[in-house]
Amino acid sequence: MVEPLLSIDRLTVTYPGRGFRAKPVTAVRDVSLDVRPGETVGLVGESGSGKSTIGRAILGLAPVTSGTISYAGHDISHARRSEWRKLAGDLQVVFQDPYSSLNPALTIETILMEPVTAGGVPKHEAAQRIRGLLDAVRLPKDSLDRLPREFSGGQRQRIAIARALSVRPRLIICDEPVSALDLSTQARVLTLFREIQETTGVAYLFISHDISVVRSLSHRVGVVNRGRIVEWGECAQVTERPEHPYTQRLLLAAPVADPVRQARRRDRWLAARTNTIPQPR
Amino acid sequence: MTDRMPPVPDTRRRSLLARVLRNPLGAICVGYLVLIVLAGVMASSISGHHPNEIFPREIRLGPSAAHWMGTDSSGRDIFSRLLHGTLPTLRDASIAVIVASLLGTLFGLAAGYFGKWLETIGTRVADLLMALPGLVVLLAVRTVVGPSMPLMMVALGIVMSGGFFRVVYAAVLGVRNELFVDAARVFRLSDTRIILRHILPTVRGPAVILAANLMAISIAIQAGLVFLGLGDLFAPGWGNLLNGGFANIYTVPLELLWPSVAIGLTCVVFFLSGNVVRDEFARIGISAAAVALEQGAAEVSAPVDDNTGAPRGRAPVAAHVALTDNQAVLAVRGLVVGYPGAGGQVNRVVDAVDLQVDRGEIHGLIGESGSGKSQVVLSIIRLLPAGGRILAGSVFLGGRDVLRLKEREMDRLRGRYVAYIPQEPMSNLDPVFTVGSQLVEPMRIQLGLGRRAARNRAMELLEQVGIEDPKRVFHSYPHQISGGMAQRILIAGAISCGPSLLIADEPTTALDVTIQAEILELLRELRRQLDLAVLLVTHNLGVVADICDRVSVMRSGGIVETGSVAEVFADPQHPCTRALFAATLDDVPARAPYARRIIEANHG
Repeated sequence: MVEPLLSIDRLTVTYPGRGFRAKPVTAVRDVSLDVRPGETVGLVGESGSGKSTIGRAILGLAPVTSGTISYAGHDISHARRSEWRKLAGDLQVVFQDPYSSLNPALTIETILMEPVTAGGVPKHEAAQRIRGLLDAVRLPKDSLDRLPREFSGGQRQRIAIARALSVRPRLIICDEPVSALDLSTQARVLTLFREIQETTGVAYLFISHDISVVRSLSHRVGVVNRGRIVEWGECAQVTERPEHPYTQRLLLAAPVADPVRQARRRDRWLAARTNTIPQPR
Repeated sequence: MTDRMPPVPDTRRRSLLARVLRNPLGAICVGYLVLIVLAGVMASSISGHHPNEIFPREIRLGPSAAHWMGTDSSGRDIFSRLLHGTLPTLRDASIAVIVASLLGTLFGLAAGYFGKWLETIGTRVADLLMALPGLVVLLAVRTVVGPSMPLMMVALGIVMSGGFFRVVYAAVLGVRNELFVDAARVFRLSDTRIILRHILPTVRGPAVILAANLMAISIAIQAGLVFLGLGDLFAPGWGNLLNGGFANIYTVPLELLWPSVAIGLTCVVFFLSGNVVRDEFARIGISAAAVALEQGAAEVSAPVDDNTGAPRGRAPVAAHVALTDNQAVLAVRGLVVGYPGAGGQVNRVVDAVDLQVDRGEIHGLIGESGSGKSQVVLSIIRLLPAGGRILAGSVFLGGRDVLRLKEREMDRLRGRYVAYIPQEPMSNLDPVFTVGSQLVEPMRIQLGLGRRAARNRAMELLEQVGIEDPKRVFHSYPHQISGGMAQRILIAGAISCGPSLLIADEPTTALDVTIQAEILELLRELRRQLDLAVLLVTHNLGVVADICDRVSVMRSGGIVETGSVAEVFADPQHPCTRALFAATLDDVPARAPYARRIIEANHG
């Protein structure tokens, strides 16, 4: 039994309602999961399901209403700034949108250097480290004195990955990191994620709406619907032989790139659709 | 745009000052400001007279060699007084602007970034300051502190800081939830650092512009106060000259002219420099867009495929082109679309595209972003963005070449023969009108239906696209409905005028998979009922496999392969098509279960 790196126990996140006397909104309800060192845990769900909120709560960007989040045995659900500062090098993030996740006014060098030097690493050592990172994410050496807008979406996502890696974290929260990318770019970035995991032993919490993306990268998968994890288990079991009707519907709704198989899948989807009461949308 | 694209040459980063100086108007403004400051600094050596030196025998004289601008009623040299008044005037105005910008920026940043009580108090105080009548406040201050212009200017600065606060606060609100700020928070950078490094730069632009405008306003107010006799009448300043000149307006009208020109010109220059700065900021945005466009185009104009090294073949297309056009609802022949590029050359983003969609056929147009799919579609409905031009080829809709139609004829064709479903359903509904009125309006114009008839038809359409409570939806506003519902409504609108061809540009990309499946099912159903032809633009091979009869694969502005979905998916011919299939994750096996590996030794 491996000690989990991150474990979440009955996490609930409630946001105060917007406006006068508005009802509070519960985005995440009673979610429990754990991530082991070097493991990838996938969270799959539709927009508004609360999957991103789980990631934000772990990072301290969303309020923890109840439940606990522990990292390496320490409860971080209500960590103070000083405690967070110690964790900055351990817990990192790659966001979905490679356009707004990099400050447009700063050069790539500044973007990559800032977290490293803020962590107390001397300048020359930091400079050396980020040059190594550029290699690791396969960006040209002359990228450093350029601005984010000179790069394509895929390249920007590589920069965001390099930034997350720059502090040598043990866990990276990946919030839809390939959703904004083209198919071939997506495949390359996914390969990169996997290679990095194999060489550094970093763990990922990989959040995506795309079940096939999650399947290709995750050891274990949780399916999120309306703030709850409705199904949780080994990747092959959840993504190929799901038990929960919601997961089954999700799987059937995603079309495959094969007209013959897709026709069969569509028929099964239609059958599943008529068997379930349509949800109000 | 592909991932491995080489970075473009460095074209931008020039400091704002350098940019302003390269702008002709900016250069003039900066030149003027430098000139008057120099004139103020070297006032004594330029004019040759002391500003308070009295020439008793030369009272109220016109311009002469000794006194370039004449003398005032006490026999003092006006030119000298004007020059000596420059620095005090600018100093007083600067005091107000510095106070306003410091207070406004400080509190605006704090209120915008931290929110909570700082935000509440900050906005309330700013509202209060903006509601105060400035001149009345200044009059009150003057009675308390006496005729000290710097103190009155501090008061003016405080009054103006409300407006400054609002601008900075709004700019911070715009970025405080940007992901790069979140990323900085995850790195646990200190708040001061996040504000200084990540938020302040985005606020800089509006702040500089506002400061320039406030400078102009402060100069006018400062001069106005002195003119009214509220300042120190013995201190040199443009307001004092104005005051003296006003007394002699009938005897020596020129005396009033000089300070007026100085004040007016300086105010105008400050306003104009604000505009130049704003333009330059805007231009930075444009040049970034232009760079992106050039990138896309550069990729397109490459004759050889940069991934596989294969030439862009078009052979598979030819067979289909030879077919008769009788069945064709849409036929595109040899379409070339270009955008103006750097150095006057034309970048071809669509090159020699042939495409045919028959009656009742769902045709998939597939390719990665930047391959030119959307450009083809926009050419068909003749709605290319500014700068885009169709350089060659023809587009037949029902046998008529739309490229030869007049704009009015084209208007009639849109909606009635060809309809368009966009990618982002929500942003294509106008938030201020009800769903119903947005459905009714086009039908009344295109089909000439009466109010009632159009309304009934809209209800039918809503039902037809699978909306369960058409009445409620008809009266809803766009913010009250979901994305999937919005797409159904846009489809209802698209089929409302009975088109033969539906062009759907990534109609399900912004939707969840379960809703995507529903929308595809709806399109399939509509095609069956209405015998519609559909041109479906997508990057999702699964969507093509699900719904399309034929497919065309685009790459770098050209169609590399066309055929029936069964054929192309079973046996893709072109390397680009194969690469596309290779990138799908459908058949990627689930990852093997977790096994602990010890790698942390070389880590850290």
